[in-house]
Order: sequence, then structure tokens, then C-alpha cells
Amino acid sequence: MNAFIKFLRKPLASAIVAIAVGFAVAAIVLAIAGFAPGPSFAALFQGALGRPKYIANVIIKATPILLTGVAVAFAYKTGLFNIGAEGQYIAGTIAATIVGVVFDFPAPIQILLVIVSGALAGALLGAFIGFLKARFGIHEVITSIMTNWIMLYLCNFVVSTDTFHKANSTSAIPINPSGYTMVLPNWKRSEAGIEFLNGIPWLKEVLLKTDLNFGFLIAVAVAILAGILLARTELGYELRAVGHNKDAARFAGINVEKNIILAMLISGTFCGLAGVLNITGISPHTITTIAAMEGYGFNGLSVAFIAGCSTVGCIPASLLFAGLIYGGMTVQEVMGAPSEIINIMIGTIVFFTALPGVTPLLAAWIERRKAPPEELATSHVEARHDAPAGDGAGHDASAKGGEEQPC
Amino acid sequence: MEVSPEYAVQMHGIVKRFGSFTALDHVDLNVRKQSVHAILGENGAGKSTLMNILYGLYQADEGAIYLSGEQVGIATPTDAIKQGIGMVHQHFMLVENFTVTENIVLGDEVCGPLGTLDMKRAREEVVKIVEEYGFEVDPDAKIEDISVGMQQRVEILKALYRGAETLILDEPTAVLTPQEIEKLIEIMNDLVGKGKTIIIITHKLKEILACADECSIVRRGVYMGTVDVAQTTETELASKMVGRNVSLTVEKTPAQPGDVIFSIKGLEVKDERGIDQVRGLDLDVRAGEIVGIAGIDGNGQKELVSAICNLVKAEAGTIEVGGIQIQNTSPRTSLDNAVAVIPSDRHRWGLVLPFTVGENTVLERHGEEQFGKGLMLDYTQVNTFARTLIEQFDIRPAGCEGQVASGLSGGNQQKVIIAREVSASPKVLVAFQPTRGLDVGAIEFVHKALLSVRDSGAAVLLVSFELDEVMDLSDTIAVIYHGKIVGEFAQGTVDEEQLGLLMAGGGVK
Amino acid sequence: MLNNAILLVSITLMYSTPLVFGALGGVISERSGVVNIGIEGMMVIGAISAAAASYFTQNPWLAFLIAGLCGAAVAALHAIASVTFSANQTVSGVAINLLAPGIALFACRSMFDGAAMTPIVPKLPKIFGANAFAGTIWANLNMNVSTVIALALTIALWFVLYKTKWGLRVRAVGEHPAAADTLGINVYRTRFICVLVSGMLAGFGGAAMTTAIISQFTQTAISGHGFIALAAVIFGKWTPQGAYRACLLFGCTQALVVLLGGGAIVVPSQILAMLPYIMTIIVLVLFVGRSVAPRADGVPYIKGSR
Repeated sequence: MNAFIKFLRKPLASAIVAIAVGFAVAAIVLAIAGFAPGPSFAALFQGALGRPKYIANVIIKATPILLTGVAVAFAYKTGLFNIGAEGQYIAGTIAATIVGVVFDFPAPIQILLVIVSGALAGALLGAFIGFLKARFGIHEVITSIMTNWIMLYLCNFVVSTDTFHKANSTSAIPINPSGYTMVLPNWKRSEAGIEFLNGIPWLKEVLLKTDLNFGFLIAVAVAILAGILLARTELGYELRAVGHNKDAARFAGINVEKNIILAMLISGTFCGLAGVLNITGISPHTITTIAAMEGYGFNGLSVAFIAGCSTVGCIPASLLFAGLIYGGMTVQEVMGAPSEIINIMIGTIVFFTALPGVTPLLAAWIERRKAPPEELATSHVEARHDAPAGDGAGHDASAKGGEEQPC
Repeated sequence: MEVSPEYAVQMHGIVKRFGSFTALDHVDLNVRKQSVHAILGENGAGKSTLMNILYGLYQADEGAIYLSGEQVGIATPTDAIKQGIGMVHQHFMLVENFTVTENIVLGDEVCGPLGTLDMKRAREEVVKIVEEYGFEVDPDAKIEDISVGMQQRVEILKALYRGAETLILDEPTAVLTPQEIEKLIEIMNDLVGKGKTIIIITHKLKEILACADECSIVRRGVYMGTVDVAQTTETELASKMVGRNVSLTVEKTPAQPGDVIFSIKGLEVKDERGIDQVRGLDLDVRAGEIVGIAGIDGNGQKELVSAICNLVKAEAGTIEVGGIQIQNTSPRTSLDNAVAVIPSDRHRWGLVLPFTVGENTVLERHGEEQFGKGLMLDYTQVNTFARTLIEQFDIRPAGCEGQVASGLSGGNQQKVIIAREVSASPKVLVAFQPTRGLDVGAIEFVHKALLSVRDSGAAVLLVSFELDEVMDLSDTIAVIYHGKIVGEFAQGTVDEEQLGLLMAGGGVK
Repeated sequence: MLNNAILLVSITLMYSTPLVFGALGGVISERSGVVNIGIEGMMVIGAISAAAASYFTQNPWLAFLIAGLCGAAVAALHAIASVTFSANQTVSGVAINLLAPGIALFACRSMFDGAAMTPIVPKLPKIFGANAFAGTIWANLNMNVSTVIALALTIALWFVLYKTKWGLRVRAVGEHPAAADTLGINVYRTRFICVLVSGMLAGFGGAAMTTAIISQFTQTAISGHGFIALAAVIFGKWTPQGAYRACLLFGCTQALVVLLGGGAIVVPSQILAMLPYIMTIIVLVLFVGRSVAPRADGVPYIKGSR
């Protein structure tokens, strides 16, 4: 029982509760709309996990939002709200397309070149936002919103130019195949390839029917590295210090402005990388005219919050999110239930991850019911022992209290 | 004690728990009408909690409150205000960018039709009260622009405006100069003369002797008794408060000052609003010497320390450490030149509260080789370093290097900062309000630490608003007024009155 | 020339109207200390409720009010999370932005036979009547009444915030909730009400889109307006009049883009489309700089923490 109570206090428990509530709300909405929840959820799971190619597609869909999620989580841990993830993603796609079309080096060099260009585009845009904040004190939320739109129109502009426009379509020309990051794109269609694959049906299905690419592996590596960067390196230490308390950081000799710019730069890099990997990894391997934001950046926000702003936590969170979206398409096909219901479910999950105290409160309640009062002695109570009365700790602690929420 | 209308306030058997911690354990209080009653106790003893219950901010778990002999229930501050109780908190409850008048009428506004504010009439009412009680307060000034002393008077006015008959003052003298304290005592006596009752919460023994009629002592949530102030002494009060014999004087060996290693010449610094605060300050500190700057808050101390830390620009003048000029460089340069600073606001400048104690101890030194080569930070090394500091400086709880700093008490947090600064073997140590908000035991510790730094040959600059502290600790006492040093005295050659005069601008040299 | 000037004014006002409602909502919420990222979502709910209500009651005025109520209802979620439960206000707002489009589309399908957009619905009238000045250039000044309502509400909010006791209390709660608390002001209730009002105003913003500018609800009716409104709040330094001016600036840059698009200089349409956003950044850097939020903005108030 004690282990259970301890578990309830962890952020993971909050996430699980949030997910459970999300499903419950979706069930209610489905029922109101006249769709049986049971078969609907069955269709959802079937649609996400039922066949090898479905699983592959979930992984493919998870890749960009894993990266943007890590970007948002990273920025949040350094005290910044990177709502500009969307624009930085688009910047990555634009750079990838331009470089991927203009140059045509042999595969390893081309891939590297394209990836670096996309990451760099995201990095520069992020650094720009960080610079405006560090130098002029302009809130990153406004500049991010503005740059999101600027990037959207820039994308459309590039698509429309003669150099890049693909005739009779709303897209640009695809990048040169040497830049693809798909898994063995040529081999799998060759005679030898097909012969080999015939012997392994699931692999054949996955390789031939999906755009399986290396993006996810790169994204997972980035998530882990970002976590290590934050927790174990000197840079991460400085970034977190600045994020928690700019004044104390400055007082201790840390260059606050440099760190703000760096944090946004790194966050932008991850988003740019997300953009690149989508271009190199999946068809149509190019940018298209977009009427509204596609949501890779904004979905990254959700992923980050569901993961409690833990970079490594974004890995399962992004898979969950992608699974829900992709599986939701099957629910639509099979049950006729509209896809909005999935959006409502996801929104509910994020909403409940915002409520910090619910599961710890539950834990405290269970504790009180079980143990006699004298035996209760946990650290959070001792902290209160020192806080009241006049030494100002209480006042300032509450001022920082807002930042000790799920993220 | 029986309930009687003789007493303005009676609180019997008050119990208050926060979780499993008992803040107040059957505490009694009996305050006679038209008297000044002090509640004495260390930080964390529960005196503020007791008064917060009286003012309706907390609810007692057990016990009863009687006002003029009648039992009352006080569930919210509105109830308390209705019952004629007003409270001036230690950390002022004033909205900084509102005017004095707006702050006074907030919640009880003077209104026209439809709730529109009638600020003209409000101002008239405020002026009326100001004149009635003889306060010096500017009704149109913004709180962020006025002095701390005036802010406190605004707080008192807030209570009087609402018809308070009983005033609770929480640590009122913490931020006042000797003159302002005298003025406050005058005001208190005046109010008592007009029929009011005053309860002051404090841990300042001198003030109790100067202004209180009776004193109730609370130690760790337990009521220790009430004494007639006329019949007691500082030492007696101190030992009742702490539960052991306390030496109230600092044991100091004579200083053995060497050369001047910290020298400020002609320093001019503006504040964040572009107003001159330091206007040509000259000061020298020798190695092995403590120079204490006495002064009223708002005479440039903040800007002086900020310039030394390189958090703000110096418009003119120099700050030299061992011959090297450090003004207008960067905080890093100050640190690299062995200048250590204990900031006045430990939560804002001194610690990153969500970091662990270990992480906080290396805040300024995390880049050093011993804490990690290349990109990585070696947490084992960091924690080992922290552990030695924790042992050396008796930071509690023991072995807390992995604990988050916000969980430590104020005194222990300050110890972390001091340990950090002192262990860097500084050439110059600047201590700005180092004992703010600390209890007697912690204050003792801090003073000892400052002395040992001095004895190790560093130049120590003490900037404090507590005149006693400056007078006790410093080898040389300097007075700051209007951004300049207006007097320098060796310890023992000047008394409180003279200093108070200089601090207020009289008798400039 | 005059034609262009009139067109400029008219397009500016048209574009800025929904933004003004949203921005006013942002101002009242943040002034009391609650960050409201969810303005976009609340506007979406307002948009669908206004369109649906206008269709079913054939009364656009009633629809306008209903949109406000629905916006407030959504805001109640945010209020409960942020005020009652001291939740992370940013995450709560983001969640609302996720929930709202889903709920709106779901509602639309339920009410309109599975369609993803409503049919054409009755609009709010124009101030000079439907066909005033028809055929002349002055017809362009015959703006929708929602524009006037937006201006009126701006003035009203300014008045309430700075000239009434409630405004004083709201501002106190946003700057120093503990001070307000010790004077008997109920911090939680004040914030809760302000968040509800914020939702109501955002709801009006959505209505201003679907019953004044376009005459139906579609999935792209509200696309980013709430975020521009948020930017306007910060730009306008958290004052109603500042936010109004920021929305006008934005509307004006949009109008310039439209006018330039048909003009002599051939600029690609996408570049033109970028201009309002670029100009906003430039204006920010040159003229606005650091804007300081209400001191307790975004910090959940926990009683007893002094």
C-alpha cells in the first residue's frame, strides 16, 4: 500500500489518471453521439496496433511530434514557452526542400546536408526569438506567434516560385532521392529485395506499404540526449538556473542573455529537425501550399505537457498521441464516428495533466485514512514547519510555486 | 484567567496545526485595553500565526477568542475589521503601483453611483485621518516611490481608516531607523492615549523595553507566560524566549587590519528609474577589517551593492579590488576577483530554490574543473563538496545536499549562501542585510562567520539596516546618507544617537 | 485616393473587430492574475454557438449573447482548473485550444446533419442599415454593428478597470493578491469571475466572426485570431486601450496588404501576407520593448503564503 501511495505522488500517476479520464470522457461523448464506446475503442486499438503497417505508421506519425514535444519541454524547463515550434518546424521543411532540390550529392552527404540545413533553419529562427527576448525584453509568445505566420507564408511563397513549383499541383518539386531517409527505399523494390521480403510477411508489409524511415530513431536519440544535456551538463545546469531564477543566475555570474538565446536556439533546432525528417522520410518529400498550420508544432505542446515536460517522457507521450490520431482514423472508417472525438479525448487528457494536485491529494487522503496521526511524517510537512512566521520564505516560495506544477 | 471586559483581546487555549505540525499548543493571550502588549518569540515560534488567527486569516483548531469580554468568531479578515481589529503585516500588504489613497481605500472604497470610484472624496477622507493622527503621509504618492517608514504609516492608516480599535503590528521596527522607531513609539503612545490597544509582535528586546507595558512569550508554539515589562531585563526576556542563556553581545577579538584592498572612489550609480542614488561615494576597506555601513534604507545601499556585484552600471567612479578595477565589467568579473557577496534577498538573488542544496553550493563555481571536465557536470563531486560545507557550517538537516533548497528553513538557507561565499576564500566579502529574518541562533552563527572571514584576512563590508548589528560587529562604522558617506568612526567612538542623527541627514561633516 | 482611405479604414475596422473582443478577454483575465492562452478555443466555441443560435432563432442579437454565454461556459473549465485547483494555467489554456475545435465541430455535425459547416445564417446588421449609401464609396463605411460594440466594450472595460471599485480590486488581485486578501477581498472569486468574463468576451469575438464578417461557421473561421489577440494584449501592455490600438494596428497592416495587393507594385501575394506580422515585430522592437505583466499574473494564489 505504501508503495502505491508513493507511486501516486509521482507525475507518471497523474499522467495515467489523465489518460483514463480522457478515455472516460470520450466514451461519454461517443455514447451521446450514438456510437457504442466499446466497439469504438476496439476499433481505435485495432487501427493503431492491429497490423504491422499500422504500428509502423504510428511510429512514423510520432516522429515529428516527438521532436517538437522535446523542443517545447526543453524550452519550458529553461523558463521559456516556445509556442513558435510550429514556425520552426516549417522553417525546417523549407530549408530541407530548397537544399534537397538544389543539391544532389551522393546519399550520405546529401542526407547530412539536408538535415543540417533544416536543423540550422530552426535554430536560427529560435535564436532570433531568443535574441529579441534577451536584448529587448520582448515576450517570446508574441514573436513566436508572428514568426509562425511568417513561416507559413514563406512556405507558400517558395512553393509558388518557378524554381520550385511542381506543375499542376499545389506542391513544390520533391527533393532528390539521394536525400531520402527511408529504410532501404531502392532495395525493397528490387527483385532481390522482394524475394527476400516474401519470406518475412510482416517486414514486407511494413517496408512496402509504409514510408518507414530512420526519423524515429533519430528523434529518440535526440530526446535522450536533450534529457542528458539538461540534467547532467554544465550548459544544462546554467539553462535550468536561468529558467528557475534569472536574478540568482545573473548574480552568480551566469550570462542570462546568452542562455536565453541558446535555449531557444536548441529548441528551434529540434523543431527544424522535425521538419527535415518529415521531408526526407515520407512522401511527397516536399513542401506544399498550406492554408493553415498543420499542427506539428502545436501537437508538440500537447505531447510535452502530457509528458510532464520531461524530454524522455515525450517518447511514450508522442506514441500515445500518434496512436490516438492514427487509430482515430479507423474509428471514423469503421464506426462512422467523427474524428473530432479523438481531439476531444486528447484535449481532455492534456487538461487533466494541468491539474497538479489531484493524484497527490488522493495519496494524502489515503494516507490519512490509514495511518494514525502521530505516524505521519513526510518531508512536505516538515517544509511547512519552517515556512510560516516571518522569515519571508512562505511568501517567496509561493511566488515560485507556480512553476512547480506538472512541468 | 477569567474573561472580562477589561481586556481588549483574550485568546484562550488556541491550538493550530498544519498537517502533523503543531504551530500553537494551547496558547493564551490576555491584552489589557489601552495598553501596548508585546508578543515575543523567535522566528517560527508561532507568534505571527497567533495574530493571523486573531485577524481571521487562519482558523484555530481549538480555543476561543473574546473581545471586550464577549466571545466572537472571526472567520475572515472582514470579520476582524468589523470587530475593530487592524493588522500591519511584517511584509507590507501594499500594491506597489497604486497610490497611497488607493491602497488605503481598497476593499472599502468611497463610491459614487454604479460603483464608480470617487477618488476626490477618498483623498479628502485620507487627508482627514492623516491630520487627525498627525502622520506624515502623501496621499497621492505611489507606494513604490515612498520610503519604508512612510509605507508603514500607510499600513497603520489603512487600519485606522477602517475604525480599528485594536492594532496588531507584526515586527514593525524591522526596517526602521532609530529616529523612525522613536517616531513609531510616539505614534503608538498617542494612539493608546486616544483609546486604542496595540499588540506588537517582535523579537527585538530593546523595543519591548522601550514601548511595551506587558510582554507575552511564546516558544515553539507554547505559551511561556506574561511579564510586566517594567520589572524585567533584556537578558531575562532573551532566556525566556530561547530557553537557555543567551549572550547578547558579540565576542570580538580586536581587528588587525592590513592594507587597503577594497577601495571605492567617487562612485555614482543610478537606480532602475534613472534617479541618482549613489552620488560620489568614497570608502576604503582594509584586509582583516570589518567596515559597517549604517543608514536608512533608500540612501543608495542597494545600488552600491549592485554596482559592486556588477548588476548595474556605475555612471562614474571606480571600485578596486587589490588594485584591479571591477566596476562596469560583469558579475563574473567580480566573482573572478574574489569578491563574494551575501545578498539581502536570499530567495531572489542568493539561491535557486528548485535546485538541490548541492547544486546551489556550486552556483558560482560550476564551471571549475573540479566539478566536471568538458561538457559534463560531475554531480558526485558537487555533492561531496556540498557535504563538506554542510558539515563545516552545521547546515540542517544533515546530509541534505540532495534535498531541494526550498525545503530548508530560512536560517539554514542563509547558511548555505554563507558557506558558499566563505568557502571561496574571498578577498572581499560584502554582507548585505545578512541576518534579515533570522532567529537568535542563526544570527549568532552569521556574526561568528563574518568575524572569522575578517580574521582570515579578508576585507569585510557589512551593509545593514540594523544599527545594533553594525555597531556590534564593525571595526569601523561609516554612515551613508543620500548616496555619500557622511561620517566614519572607529568602533566605540560614537553612540547610537549621533549615528541616528547622521543617518537622517543632520550634522553632515 | 479618398476611396483608398475609406477602404483602409473599413477593412482595418473589419479585421480588428474579432481581435478586439478576444484581446479584451485576455486583458481582464490577466489583469486579475490568470494567464489565458485559451482565447482561441473560446472564440471557436463562440463562433459555432453564434452561428447555430442565429440559424435556429433567426435572431443574430440573441445569437451574439448566446455566444458570450457559451464562451463563458468554456472559460469556466479554465477557471475551475486555474483558480480552484491552482493548475498550471498555460497547460489548461492549451488544453482548451485542443478541446474547443473538436467540441465545435462535433456540435456542428450534431446540429446540422453531419455537415462540417453551418449553412448561411442571419448576420448582425450594419450601423446605417442594410443598403445605406449603396453604390457610392461611402458604402464602405457602413460597417457592421459589432465593430461599434467592440469599441463600446473597450471603453466600458477601461472605465470599469480604472474608474470603479471592482476594477481597483481586480487590479489589486492581479498585482498583490495577498494584500487584497488581507483587506477582505475574495481573491478566488474575483479571479473566477474575471476568467468567466474573459470567456464571454472571447465568445463575442467568435460571434463577431461568424455573424458579422462571414455568415456561417466553418472550420477555418477562427484560425489564429485568438493568438493574435493574445499578442495584442502583451503589445498593449495589458490595458484595454492599448490592446485596442494593437488590434487596430494589426487590422491596418492587413488592410494595407489588401490594398497593395490590387495595386501597381507587383508583390507576390504570400510576401504581402507576411507583412502584417513582420511589421508587428518591427513596431514591437522600435516602440514597445519590455512589457510588464501584472505582478501576480500566472501565479496561482495559495492562501496563507505570505
